[in-house]
Amino acid sequence: MITLGFVYVLAGLAFALFAILGIADRTNPKRFGNAAFWGLLALSMLGGDRLGDFGNGLLVLALVAIAGAGQIGRAPGGDVAPDVQAARAAAHGHFLLLVALIIPAVALAGTFLFKYVPGLADPKQATLISLGIGVLIALGVGMARLKPPLLLPAQQGRRLLDAVGWAAILPQMLASLGAVFALAGVGEVVGTLIGSAIPQGSLFGAVLAFGLGMAFFTMVMGNAFAAFPVMMAAVGLPLLIKHYHGDPAVVAAIGMLAGFCGTLMTPMAANFNLVPAALLDLKNPYGVIKAQIGTALPLLTVNIVFLWLFAF
Amino acid sequence: MLVLIGIVIIIAGFLLRFNPLLVIMASALATGLAAGLDVTAIIAAFGKAFNDTRYVSIVWIVLPVIGLLEAYGLQQHARSLIDRMKGATLGRLLTSYLILRQAMAAVGLTSVAGHPQTVRPLVAPMAEAAAEAANPALTDDQREEVKAFAAATDNVGLFFGEDIFLAIGSILLMKGLLETYGYVIEPLHLSLWAIPTAIAAFLIHAFRLRRLERRMKSRGAGA
Repeated sequence: MITLGFVYVLAGLAFALFAILGIADRTNPKRFGNAAFWGLLALSMLGGDRLGDFGNGLLVLALVAIAGAGQIGRAPGGDVAPDVQAARAAAHGHFLLLVALIIPAVALAGTFLFKYVPGLADPKQATLISLGIGVLIALGVGMARLKPPLLLPAQQGRRLLDAVGWAAILPQMLASLGAVFALAGVGEVVGTLIGSAIPQGSLFGAVLAFGLGMAFFTMVMGNAFAAFPVMMAAVGLPLLIKHYHGDPAVVAAIGMLAGFCGTLMTPMAANFNLVPAALLDLKNPYGVIKAQIGTALPLLTVNIVFLWLFAF
Repeated sequence: MLVLIGIVIIIAGFLLRFNPLLVIMASALATGLAAGLDVTAIIAAFGKAFNDTRYVSIVWIVLPVIGLLEAYGLQQHARSLIDRMKGATLGRLLTSYLILRQAMAAVGLTSVAGHPQTVRPLVAPMAEAAAEAANPALTDDQREEVKAFAAATDNVGLFFGEDIFLAIGSILLMKGLLETYGYVIEPLHLSLWAIPTAIAAFLIHAFRLRRLERRMKSRGAGA
């Protein structure tokens, strides 16, 4: 049976290849830092389960030290000339699009196949496993028809990843910070503070505090999942559900969505907001957040009104 | 109260533009120490969580494929497709992507599309081409805004589609938590209550995409 371990091996090999190609790239003044960074990530993917908790912690400290010392950078240039790209696009256009669509198509097909035909792959990880298989198929099809130099995909992939830089592991770092916050009981303290700020006897005040609290705490933690248990314990359960007899399903469902509005507005939700800015070469790292605030604020208002209308 | 020091460090670190990885590590250490943990325990807790969340970073395996296709002109092809489609305006293009992403997320297909696999190679270049078709004098700032909106559209579609799906993480978290309080609720009941917000999210964002399209045109006409 295929498990997530298969995808970790795939990712580990890719990062290892990026590290080796990175060290060979003499045009990059920070090649050693880059190679060490992607090499450590390869180690994490391939051997993370054998390093032990403290070993993994030391690995993270090393990653942070490399990035914190400013030892990650990208080589200038290296892009395929635009006229060459245009000529190739004219020759292979629809084929390229087809290969690009193989990854989502296989992810889609695999998700259903692995869910309904048990025993092939871990059904809980069906989409991620299918994504890995889709990458392999797309790579095979693309290589067979385009016949590029053997290492071209790895080289170009490395250059894209170098452009993203240390932001590539930011989401994983923030998820880990959330675990430390949970261990230290940060959520309970924030919940108590927000709970104590609610005006007595006002249903709308309580609804407002719950909705705004979900959005605000999600912005701080970068994740509505971390905010939800805290806000439910501080405001949702004692006030909205018990005191004002709100429908628990509505309070939970719409409360979570109010939290998602916060996700749109915070750099802490790095994989949704900061990483795409790096991936799209935006000058302003907060450009995506800027574009989202205009949707997030009215939607947060709508959620608070829905909560008030539907839960009571 | 002392454990809130970590939140203060995070906010100050982002404002002062220190390297975020350093800020996160400093926040974790300070929070752990404030809670009375020793340094090795904090490092181990962080390491365990880092290892448990590796799946977040496996999306980068798509980059070799994207790199190969881009070297052969995928972005140019995506742009030329837009030039050939007469009705493909910026607003219509991104609104179609919004509804597609919402619909896919609503049936649980959250990892099928995303920033590395669809936004960078296809959606952003197409959006840029559509904006350029309407306004050949597009400025760099306008290009940047169009690309940012392409990424934003992916996020809005994902967030406000996925909670309609029964077996998504957030629904299971809500169900689990409510059960610990003694409320047994069917996932279907939770996911149905995500639909009104999904519709509102679509209407609000689609409206903003229309305004974006107009803004891109009018600034060019004035220049």
